[in-house]
Amino acid sequence: MVRFLVRRLLNMIPLLLGITLLSFLVMSLAPGDFLSTLKMNPQISPLVIKQMEAEFGLNQPLMVRYFRWLWSVLHLDLGFSLAYHVKVTSLIGSRAFNTVILSASAMLFSWVLAIPIGIVVAVNQDSVWDRILSFLAFFGMSVPNFFLAFLMMYFALQTGWFPIGGTYSVDYATLDFWGRVADRTNHLILPVFVLGVAGMAGLMRLMRSQILEIKNSDFVRTARAKGLSERVVIYKHVLRNALNPFVTMAGYSLGDLLGGAALVEAVMNLQGLGLLLLDAVRALDIYLVMGSVLMGTVLLLLGNLLADVALVAVDPRVDFSSAGSQ
Amino acid sequence: MNAPATPALAFPEGVRFPALRREWRYASWVVRLSALCLLFFYALAVVSPFFAPYDPTFQNRTMPDCPPMGLHVAAPGEWSQGFLFAYPMRMIDPIERHFAPDLSRRLYIRILSRGHLFTTDSPRDPFYLMGSDALGRDLFSRIVYGARVSMFVGLIGVAISFSLGITVGALSGYVGGLVDNLIMRWSEIEMSLPSFYFLLALAAIIPPGLSTVITFFLIVAIMSFISWAGFARIIRGMAASVRGLPYVQAVQALGGSRWRIIRRHIIPSVMGYAIVAATLSIPGFILGESALSLLGLGIQEPASSWGNLLAAAEDVQNLRHYPWILIPGIFIFLAVMSFNFLGDHLRDRLDPSNAG
Repeated sequence: MVRFLVRRLLNMIPLLLGITLLSFLVMSLAPGDFLSTLKMNPQISPLVIKQMEAEFGLNQPLMVRYFRWLWSVLHLDLGFSLAYHVKVTSLIGSRAFNTVILSASAMLFSWVLAIPIGIVVAVNQDSVWDRILSFLAFFGMSVPNFFLAFLMMYFALQTGWFPIGGTYSVDYATLDFWGRVADRTNHLILPVFVLGVAGMAGLMRLMRSQILEIKNSDFVRTARAKGLSERVVIYKHVLRNALNPFVTMAGYSLGDLLGGAALVEAVMNLQGLGLLLLDAVRALDIYLVMGSVLMGTVLLLLGNLLADVALVAVDPRVDFSSAGSQ
Repeated sequence: MNAPATPALAFPEGVRFPALRREWRYASWVVRLSALCLLFFYALAVVSPFFAPYDPTFQNRTMPDCPPMGLHVAAPGEWSQGFLFAYPMRMIDPIERHFAPDLSRRLYIRILSRGHLFTTDSPRDPFYLMGSDALGRDLFSRIVYGARVSMFVGLIGVAISFSLGITVGALSGYVGGLVDNLIMRWSEIEMSLPSFYFLLALAAIIPPGLSTVITFFLIVAIMSFISWAGFARIIRGMAASVRGLPYVQAVQALGGSRWRIIRRHIIPSVMGYAIVAATLSIPGFILGESALSLLGLGIQEPASSWGNLLAAAEDVQNLRHYPWILIPGIFIFLAVMSFNFLGDHLRDRLDPSNAG
C-alpha cells in the first residue's frame, strides 16, 4: 500500500514537470505580456516599466524564467500575480477550495442518483421506465453544461427561488458559522445540479450496460441456483462486480468535471479556480495562469489516485502492485 | 510484394458499408431524425446566404432586442399579396426596450425571393423569426451564418486529430520501441492534464484582430493538438493486439513491408472503431469551440458562432429581459445530441464487440 502510494506520487513528478514546461512555453507564445497594456499608458514612465520588467523577471530568457519559477515552486511560492499584486498562493487556496467543493458535490450528486437508477433500469430492462430514463440520459449527456447553466440562471431569475449566481450573499461576513454554510449551500444547489446532470447521465448508462452484461454470467446463474433471493443476487453479486469499471470511469471523468466546473463557474460567477484561470488568461497574468494550471493538475492527479485506491477497495481482484501500471 | 489472400481477412466480421438505403431501414426513428437534423444544420452552413433572410451584420438600430415575431397565415383572399405575414413590432418603451406588435399593419413574408428562402421587402422593415440582438441584428441570420463555424469545427477537427491519431497509433502499436514509448508518455501527460484549463491557456496564444477564418483554424488546431494522443493510445492498443494475429504474420512471411502492413491491414482493422469514435468525438469539438467563443477567447464579433452568440446571455439583465438570446444554445444542444445518437447507432452497427 505505502509502496504503491509512493510510486504513484513519484510518477507525478515528471508529469508535473512536463505540464508546467508546456504551459510556460504556451504562455510565452502569447502575443504581448502583462506589461504591454501598461506600456500603452502615457502616464506610466518607461523607467517604471523597466523596473517592473526586472522585478518580475520578464526581461530574462524563457528557460531562466521557467527554472526560477520552478525553484520558487519548490519553496511553495507560486510567484506574484501581476494583475492582483498579491502572492499567487494567497489567491489560489480559497479558489481551489470552492472548486473542490463544487466538483465533489456534483460527483456525489451524480453517483447517488446514477447508481440506483442504473440498477433499477437494468433490472427492468426494456420496461417503459428503462426506455424513458435511457432517453433522458441521452438528453442529459447532450445538453451543454454552459447552456444548462444559462437555463438554470433564467429559472432562478424567473422564480426567485435561488440566488442568481455568485458564491455567497452580500451579508456573508455578518453570518455565523452555520449561517455561512447554509448560505454557501444555497448558492451551490444550481451549479451542482448543472454539473451533476451530465456526469449522472453517462454513469447511469455505464451502470446499466455493466449490470446487463454481468446479469447473464455464470456465477450469477450459480448464485440463483443456490436459491439466493433476487435481492442478494443483485446487490451482493452483480453490483459488486459492476462497480469496477464504474470507479475507473469516474476517475477518468475527473478532468471533464474540472473543465465543466470552469465553465459553470464562468457562467454562474462562482469564485473558483476556473474563473480565476480565465481572468488570468485574459490579463496574460503568467504566474497566476501557471499557478492555476498547476493547481488544477494536482487536483486531477490526486483525484485519479483516490479513484485507484477506491478501485482496490471495491474490487478484490485488483491489488496495489498492479493498479495504476497499465 | 502482393499478398493475394489477405485483404478479405483484414476486415473483422461486421465491418461493412452497406448502401445508405439499407442503413436507413435499420435505423430507428430517433437516428433518422438525428441524421435529418444534422443534414439541415450542414445545409444551413453550406448555403447560409439562402437560409438567412438578412445580412447577419446589418444593424437595424431602431429595433434592438426585439422579441421573436409570430408568423400568421393570411386569409386566402389576400394570397395575392403574400401567403404568410407577421405584425411588425414597434418599440413602445425605448428605455426598457419593450416592443408591441402593430396590429394595424401587415408585414408580408416573401418566400423564395431575391435569393433567400424567406425575407421581407427591406431589412429596415424586418421579420425577426428569433428576435434581434442588442444592435438590432437578426438573430436567426446570425445563427445560420454561425452554423458555418459550429458545424465545421467538428468535422475538420476530427479529420485532423483522427488522421494523426490513426497513423501515429497504428505505427506505434505495430512498430513499438522508442516511438511507442514517446507517444505513450505524451498521451499520459495529456490524460492527466486538466484539458479545459489547458485549452484556456492555449487560447491565449491567438492574437486578437486575426481574420475569422484564421482564428477558426487556430482553434481547430489547438483542440486537435489536445485530443489526438488519447485516440492514438486506443488505436495503438488495438494495433498491438492485431500485430500477433496469423494474418499479419502471413503478410510478413510473404514479404509485405511494414508500411504496407500498417496501411493495408492494421488501419482497416481498426477502422470500425475509429469511425464510431470519430462521430462520438465531434460533439467535443463543437462544445470546445462554443465554450471558448462564449468566454470571448474564440471567434470574435462581428462574425458569429453559436458559442459567441450565447455570450450576450452572460449579462444577467439580458437574460432576464431578452431570453430569446438563449436560442443558439438549443442549436448546439440539438447538434450535439444528434451526433451522440448517430454515434451510438454506428457503434451498434460497426463495432459489435462493444455493444452493451
